[in-house]
Amino acid sequence: MRPLELVNNLRTFLPPEAVLYESEDLKPYECDGLSVYRQTPMIVALPQSEDEVIRILRICHMSKTPVVARGAGTGLSGGALPHAAGVLLSLVKLKRILEVDPIARTARVQPGVRNLAISEAAAPYGLYYAPDPSSQIACSIGGNVAENSGGVHCLKYGLTVHNILQLRVVTMAGERLEIGGAGLDAPGYDLLALMTGSEGMLGIVTEITVKLTPSAEKAQVVMAAFDDIRKAGDAVANVIGAGIIPAGMEMMDRVATHAVEEYVHAGYNLEAAAILLCEADGTAEEVADEIRHIDGIMRQSGAIEIRTSRDEAERLKFWAGRKAAFPAAGRVSPDYYCMDGTIPRKSLAHVLDGIEKLSAEYGLRCMNVFHAGDGNLHPLILYDASRPGELEKTEEFGAKILEMCIATGGTITGEHGVGIEKLNQMCSQFGSAELEIFHAVKAAFDPEGLLNPGKAVPTLRRCAEHGAMHVHRGEERFPELPRF
Amino acid sequence: MQNLIDQFAGTIRVAAERKVPLQICGGGSKEFYGNRIVGQNICMLDVTAYSGIVAYEPTELVVTARAGTRLTDLEAQLHKHRQMLAFEPPHFGAAATLGGCIAAGLSGPRRASVGAVRDFVLGVRMLDGRGDDLRFGGQVMKNVAGYDISRLMTGSMGTLGLLLEISLKVLPLPPMEMTLSLQMKQAVAIEKMNLWAGKPLPISATCFCNDALTLRLSGAEAAVHAAHMKLGGEEVAEAAAFWQSVREQTHLFFQPGKSLWRLSMKSTTPPLSLPGQQLIEWGGALRWLISDAAMDAGTVRAAAKTAGGHATLFRNGESSAAAFHPLTAEMMNIHRRLKEKFDPMGILNPGRMYPEL
Repeated sequence: MRPLELVNNLRTFLPPEAVLYESEDLKPYECDGLSVYRQTPMIVALPQSEDEVIRILRICHMSKTPVVARGAGTGLSGGALPHAAGVLLSLVKLKRILEVDPIARTARVQPGVRNLAISEAAAPYGLYYAPDPSSQIACSIGGNVAENSGGVHCLKYGLTVHNILQLRVVTMAGERLEIGGAGLDAPGYDLLALMTGSEGMLGIVTEITVKLTPSAEKAQVVMAAFDDIRKAGDAVANVIGAGIIPAGMEMMDRVATHAVEEYVHAGYNLEAAAILLCEADGTAEEVADEIRHIDGIMRQSGAIEIRTSRDEAERLKFWAGRKAAFPAAGRVSPDYYCMDGTIPRKSLAHVLDGIEKLSAEYGLRCMNVFHAGDGNLHPLILYDASRPGELEKTEEFGAKILEMCIATGGTITGEHGVGIEKLNQMCSQFGSAELEIFHAVKAAFDPEGLLNPGKAVPTLRRCAEHGAMHVHRGEERFPELPRF
Repeated sequence: MQNLIDQFAGTIRVAAERKVPLQICGGGSKEFYGNRIVGQNICMLDVTAYSGIVAYEPTELVVTARAGTRLTDLEAQLHKHRQMLAFEPPHFGAAATLGGCIAAGLSGPRRASVGAVRDFVLGVRMLDGRGDDLRFGGQVMKNVAGYDISRLMTGSMGTLGLLLEISLKVLPLPPMEMTLSLQMKQAVAIEKMNLWAGKPLPISATCFCNDALTLRLSGAEAAVHAAHMKLGGEEVAEAAAFWQSVREQTHLFFQPGKSLWRLSMKSTTPPLSLPGQQLIEWGGALRWLISDAAMDAGTVRAAAKTAGGHATLFRNGESSAAAFHPLTAEMMNIHRRLKEKFDPMGILNPGRMYPEL
């Protein structure tokens, strides 16, 4: 089907402003949160209901037109990068909170609802939606499902997959699926888990029932500074070893604390090689007990300074530094590139040493923030895209960090997804037999391969080429994507 | 141990070639669960020899063990380090293995407060229906590389592959537990369980039976005592034995020989008007129903469906109904296609879950 014909077909049931095809209208959709990858779609469609989603998908299915779903566009792996000959399906207009059930502790929402809006709607009942990715004021719950988003509290409260009960999904062929249920499990295979983190490859989520969690009575945070990153790593292991699951446990290295301190004045110790933030939440009794424990462990682990938040304002101030890490990187450097590896915690010092060596080798600064509780490391490589060759150098640096994560028994992505960005590293993490299974799973939902083609799982051919990537580098970046 | 894997893979390849159905078995403790495997000349594939803990690092909160590892051995090892499988899996027999626990996907009393078995599965090593040795997920808490095959395997009743090794997140044992008993009617109990679950209270298990609500508090000593003050009720002696009897279905409610239905549904569903006796767990989200043979499966399934859930004929007693709740045609299509991809010759536990799989 030719573009104009497709536009006309879509406009038989969508208002004119919901079908965009003029290049100036398409421009805002050319990238997501990973803006180094850009591509203008052929058409942008903005449905307002599940029925409209179904009709769009049926037309695209019939005309073999690729479809890429997009939520708020805050993703960090290029998962919502448009297809040049495809329809970008923006779900932002599906933004209603359909029901909050305070007794059953659930909320039924459309995919375009912002993560934080769910917690705001639940707050009057003393409830909230637990996963809190750093982009929670902007990111959509549909995108959270697609990426299995985490947040700083997920060691204790889980990821998206642990906090959703039911999905309504439309397949590429326009069929409706009800996955999960109102209870705590469902018959058949666990398609709820399979859909979560599937990066828009298997189906379009049109409705989500999320679990709500009672708000903790109290939260308090301990900030501990260490003169050696190894000691900070040991302190994390000691907390866990003592039987404590903190609500949040975050680490920042010296480059990171210096960058944020100038910016938000969180009161971090600038002499320290690393600082740890360790939060306890629960009833007042539980928190008092746990904070006392944590304080003792930090002391035994050799902290050079320990401070405990005295009130809510101070707690938020301690956290403000950590939450400002990404914008701070943007202030100290024209550009930064955020990596997302996960490693066994015991390998932290080894990996950070390796990053430091690579940093010297490439002549690029790197600041490290670390979800220490669950081993998810975010090295932020600081670079300047206006310098010729620096982006390529940065990507190579980043790729080497991810290879190091795999070597320690970890993974190339803890929470940002593979998208378009980490396809080559997927070839390192998985063998061809596993990749074939991934392609088979995709085919079980989308036999024609029209949903988000070329993302998340590399073709075997690409992996074969990646083996020789260092020779042919730069020749062809995305062999799956047709170019026009 | 690799020679055992080669043996399993060889068996699978030969079976695929000859289209011989394989019945995967561990300790045999959950043989009653699910449907009978269909086909002729069924061949047993015993996984129990592939046992042992591969890696356990308490401070990483991760354990990796082979499928044939006995659950009791694994749990004993975790307890030495004051840790546990937080989903409290039912064993249903001393020989129960980790592989069977994951394949059956059953969770115990703590499920409503901490999560189900699938919530703790981090990675698997498995053989598919072609005998290919595959690894998915890993030994880390957060991992979004590739589709979540590890969780897909959980509860798939051995129909998609033979589990070899499983990595699980573990949790520390709570510093203190206390079990309380409160007398009340069923409707009130359902209301209370839901109300309390919405408060920051350290409730880790609930069980309603015979006009008594039993609930367990787990956490810091001060928090447990404070919650006891708020909730009232009598402290129960021999509490560990009580929860074990609920989990293992040795509690007097579970009468051997009768049909036992498991209804999973929205926790706020009012008392079900189905003939027979009921025991409620998981804050109202799990209802066990003992009924006689005359009980119509359609009636039970309709009641569960109306409440947003599903019904499983958990122990069939005298009933001949299918074990699992039927799927919609669209869902069955997806299931069938997944099965075809993982097990093209349809030799792995065929029919154990649904006749089509």
